[in-house]
Amino acid sequence: MDLSLDLLGNALISGLLLGAFYAAVTIGISIAFGMLDIVNIAHPAFILVGSYAAYTANSVLGWDPILTSIAMLPVFYLLGVAIYTVYDLSFERRGDASIRGLAFFFGILFITEVTLVLVFGVDYRLVEAPYIGPSVHFGPMDLPLRLLVPAIVSMALVGLLQIYMSRTFIGRAIKAVAQDPMALRLMAANPNRIKRIAFGLSIATCSIAGAILIIIQPVEPSIARDYIGRVFAICVMGGLTSFGGMVVAAMVLGVVENLTATFYGPSWSPAVAFGFLLLTLAVRPSGLFGRT
Amino acid sequence: MPNLRFGLAATLFAVCVFLAAKFVGNQYVFFAGYVVLQYIVLATAWNILGGFTGYVNFGTAAFFAMGAYSSVVLHKTTSLPLPVMIMVGGLVSGLVGLGTGYLTLRLRGTFFSIATLAMAVVVQTLVTNWDFVGGSRGAYVIRPAKSPIFNGDYIQYLFVLMLILATVSVAVARAIQYSKLGLGFASIRDDEGAAEASGVPTLRLKLIATTLSGGFMGMAGAPLPYYVTYLDPSSGFSLSYAVNTIAMPLIGGTSSWAGPLIGAVLLGTLQQVAMVTISSALSLLIVGLLLVGFVVAAPSGIIGWFTR
Repeated sequence: MDLSLDLLGNALISGLLLGAFYAAVTIGISIAFGMLDIVNIAHPAFILVGSYAAYTANSVLGWDPILTSIAMLPVFYLLGVAIYTVYDLSFERRGDASIRGLAFFFGILFITEVTLVLVFGVDYRLVEAPYIGPSVHFGPMDLPLRLLVPAIVSMALVGLLQIYMSRTFIGRAIKAVAQDPMALRLMAANPNRIKRIAFGLSIATCSIAGAILIIIQPVEPSIARDYIGRVFAICVMGGLTSFGGMVVAAMVLGVVENLTATFYGPSWSPAVAFGFLLLTLAVRPSGLFGRT
Repeated sequence: MPNLRFGLAATLFAVCVFLAAKFVGNQYVFFAGYVVLQYIVLATAWNILGGFTGYVNFGTAAFFAMGAYSSVVLHKTTSLPLPVMIMVGGLVSGLVGLGTGYLTLRLRGTFFSIATLAMAVVVQTLVTNWDFVGGSRGAYVIRPAKSPIFNGDYIQYLFVLMLILATVSVAVARAIQYSKLGLGFASIRDDEGAAEASGVPTLRLKLIATTLSGGFMGMAGAPLPYYVTYLDPSSGFSLSYAVNTIAMPLIGGTSSWAGPLIGAVLLGTLQQVAMVTISSALSLLIVGLLLVGFVVAAPSGIIGWFTR
């Protein structure tokens, strides 16, 4: 009995840490899908690009993955701006964003994945850093630094973005464009420029999310697909626009997935996120905290 | 009456295709042709929902693999002939399509798309954990020694079955397009709110579309175990099915029955050629690039070049 309580406690704690990490993976979708209504299903593919960027810098130059990812932020931001520009010109201006926009991002997801396969192969890749390996012990609880460091980085990322969104002019404008682009135009702000910045930010988060992903687990190009369901499940469950709701939903999913993996076996855990998503969509599409 | 005439013409055309393939006299033609025909069925099925009704389905692989795995189950438990298995596969996938549609189609279109993506993973996880059909190790399916026709040449038998399926699906898609049902679908695609307000039973029509679409995908998948003789979850649920079935109608043109047909023949053949001459990863990259290129630059597809 004692043993299984320990097991339960450890599964709970690492589930919470995993959930904190999921928040970093999802926050870009909260911005793109929740606020801008851009169904960027290629988001996890960009996260993998971030992972491989961290991997390359780590294996060739020996750089720390997290510092690399911070240095790479402007590159990812510009990538996001470029993608939004194409998306805007091709779909939003033609008023034809739904089907073709989805197909566009699906194509990008696929191209990115195949390109990663062609460049890096299908072997699992991992990084080396001093905090991968050791754990901190609290009585019977193990806190692996491999999970703790990403969780802290992720929470810092979410916190900073939350402050940015609520304190700065651009941040508030992004929230406003989510609600009423016309009103924003009347306030003499250009909704397209605001959306471009917001989408750039959304892709920029992929750099950091990718680096902490490769710290947590070895990556190979096709794992992006597992994350599509997760990020959208979390985003929808959290009520689309709220970062707070998103973090709670991420933690819930992390804990449930980890308990499933511990007690039923890891091969079942991919279904958890998708089961959650289907249930949420069927029963409560406005999310756990949304108003119906 | 015009449907009957089209059906006859399509049958005649199909017979010509078979005779031409026979005339080449090389088994490889049947092997490669089977894949192209399979994509004609998948692309046409996808277009009934995606092109006519305007709902994007990312879960092709799930419907397709459910058809394939229902054949595996039937193969292990019974000794039904393959055409019956195709019917069962279609029924299973059609019912799952109906269920998914019922759960999610009351929401905005994007949620349906995300839900289909989710469904593909749920079904794959279930199959991976289901030992009876081989689990993650996969299942071997031993073909019967002889096919009932063509002096026992099994690959020709599979080719002809898929040819019939392709003919039927294209004829059905064309019949729908020019029927009252097709008008209802188009009204949903163009403005669902207005359609609903004018008394179009939108939910019922959408459910018909998902059921038909899923059913044809299942039928396309049902002969797969006999074609590959070894089926594992990662190949049955491969993302390339989803990408191809979306790329083909969008490249050909989604508004008409001919679009998916053109797209599937062009892209399917191109891929078969690229796979033997270059590499399979690169041939998938070509599909992705073509998809994005067409979506951005030629939104009405190849058909759009001629109808303007």
